[in-house]
Amino acid sequence: MPEQLAFTIEVFLNGLMAGVLYALVALGFVLIYKASGIFNYAQGVMALFAALTLAGIIDGQVPFSHLINAILGTDIHHFGWHVPAFLAILLTMVVMIGLAYAVQRLVFRHLVGQEPIILFMATIGLAYFLEGVGDLMWGSDIKSMDVGLPQGLNTWIDDTTFNAFGYGFFIDNLDIVASIIAALLVIGLVMFAQYTKQGRAMRAVADDHQAALSVGVSLNFIWILVWSLAGFVALVAGIMWGTKSGVQFSLSLIALKALPVLMLGGFTSIPGAIVGGLIIGVGEKLFEFLIGAPFLGGATENWFAYMLALIFLVFRPQGLFGEKIIERV
Amino acid sequence: MKDMTDGYVTADGRQIGPVVMEMKNITLRFGGVEAIKDISFDIRQGEIRAIIGPNGAGKSSMLNVISGFYVPQEGEVWYKGAPRPSMKPYEVAQQGIARTFQNIALFEGMSVLDNVMTGRLTNMKTGMLWQSIWKGKAEREETANREVAEKIIDFLEIQAIRKTPVSRLSYGLKKRVELARALAAEPSILLLDEPMAGMNVEEKEDMSRFILDVNDEFGTTIALIEHDMGVVMDLSDRVVVMDYGKKIGDGTPSEVRNNQDVIDAYLGVAHD
Repeated sequence: MPEQLAFTIEVFLNGLMAGVLYALVALGFVLIYKASGIFNYAQGVMALFAALTLAGIIDGQVPFSHLINAILGTDIHHFGWHVPAFLAILLTMVVMIGLAYAVQRLVFRHLVGQEPIILFMATIGLAYFLEGVGDLMWGSDIKSMDVGLPQGLNTWIDDTTFNAFGYGFFIDNLDIVASIIAALLVIGLVMFAQYTKQGRAMRAVADDHQAALSVGVSLNFIWILVWSLAGFVALVAGIMWGTKSGVQFSLSLIALKALPVLMLGGFTSIPGAIVGGLIIGVGEKLFEFLIGAPFLGGATENWFAYMLALIFLVFRPQGLFGEKIIERV
Repeated sequence: MKDMTDGYVTADGRQIGPVVMEMKNITLRFGGVEAIKDISFDIRQGEIRAIIGPNGAGKSSMLNVISGFYVPQEGEVWYKGAPRPSMKPYEVAQQGIARTFQNIALFEGMSVLDNVMTGRLTNMKTGMLWQSIWKGKAEREETANREVAEKIIDFLEIQAIRKTPVSRLSYGLKKRVELARALAAEPSILLLDEPMAGMNVEEKEDMSRFILDVNDEFGTTIALIEHDMGVVMDLSDRVVVMDYGKKIGDGTPSEVRNNQDVIDAYLGVAHD
């Protein structure tokens, strides 16, 4: 196999894996948008917050320790124990459900029936608030995240491809795990929405509030459920990104990469979020490898996704899978 | 008036049971406007009860009070022999009161079958954990609910459009799907807000037939609002007549038809 082709294939595969992570974040956006019509700007920060909380709990950190020390004049930082990863994930999920409840109770319950732009502004506020709370609770230093996911070169793929093509593909174990988890998550979410009582109620609320009330669906409960699900997806995304590149505040910026993903896939489509994520992941890696690095001086990964989204906005504003907007005159 | 404590027998020989719902001195205001003024009436087990009146008489407001969408400032709603505490609409629905809307409120993005299945939500008892695992109890429940939904779809003759998204249906069919969704809850009271509004004669006849069949087959208590006097008189067992938020008549269709206040409200009176 010629070397250039082998490289291209490897870049393609790595792009797919990166795309899975974009898709995970985008999925959180789609969930909330479908069920409540709210574009949740805070989704990326929720992933950051979930990752911070998880890392903090595993490490046995005392939440708000800086605040407590400043007020009481003490010097406590750690409980002195380490929580097993599985238990810590459960605890973090409890925190995320609590967060969902608080967000619904304190913010969105008071904004029912408001314009979408106002709800959007509220989520921007929520994003900055949550970032601040995350900082206050767990401190701003970069944390490493280790929940026991396999990491590093997958030697089996390396060996097999080396024997077959004379060139070993470098695929990270973590990426493979992430892809499998993402696939399971998507299948699970789609099944949940299609076939369960709560899923049906969720779709009902998204479609028509009045009608949902008339068949006995509590809007409040469904919204808390949806925010909890988004929190769960944020947690999964946070674990993956955190394991890959450490838990740091720039994590919230991956949310911005999810925007072009959504424009490609359409805001209302779960499969769209997946396909959009994969296209962006593969597209930016291939573009960088084939065109960016040799001809444009590199670093095209920073802007490629946005350019692609712009082109899509011009020619297909509803995205690949979004509902077509038809206006009758 | 004859004693009706335990019910009565209609002209066509159906046995009507005791009172299931009673409105006691209901008053509803929007700011300074009194939409409903001190109205009382009852709904009996198994009967078809109509609320009629000219435009703006407060009929829809009355229905919204029954279904919990509006909370009256004064008066009480008695349901199954006890005063009903103030409730959210979804709680009212969970108590077995299903409704349709004047302007149709269906889940446009879902198929007809899914819409009817949402009507079964209040009858599904398994918790979220079981639902997520979707085995054993939850699966059996889904199958049982599906059977009820299919039975109602058969009954209302909408088998052919089971899988069609609701947004593609005609107005008349949408009304029928909405009726199916309300029926799927197996309600103890079914509220119909202008079930025949905007229909042509043929569709009206179909809908009338379905309403009678539903009452006959399932014994469902039905309270309906209607504009079309002719239809109401043929369908209902007893009629409440409203005008400007007040009750001006209550009784069998023939009693109401001969009530001078009702005739005045519908035909107008000379002011001299």
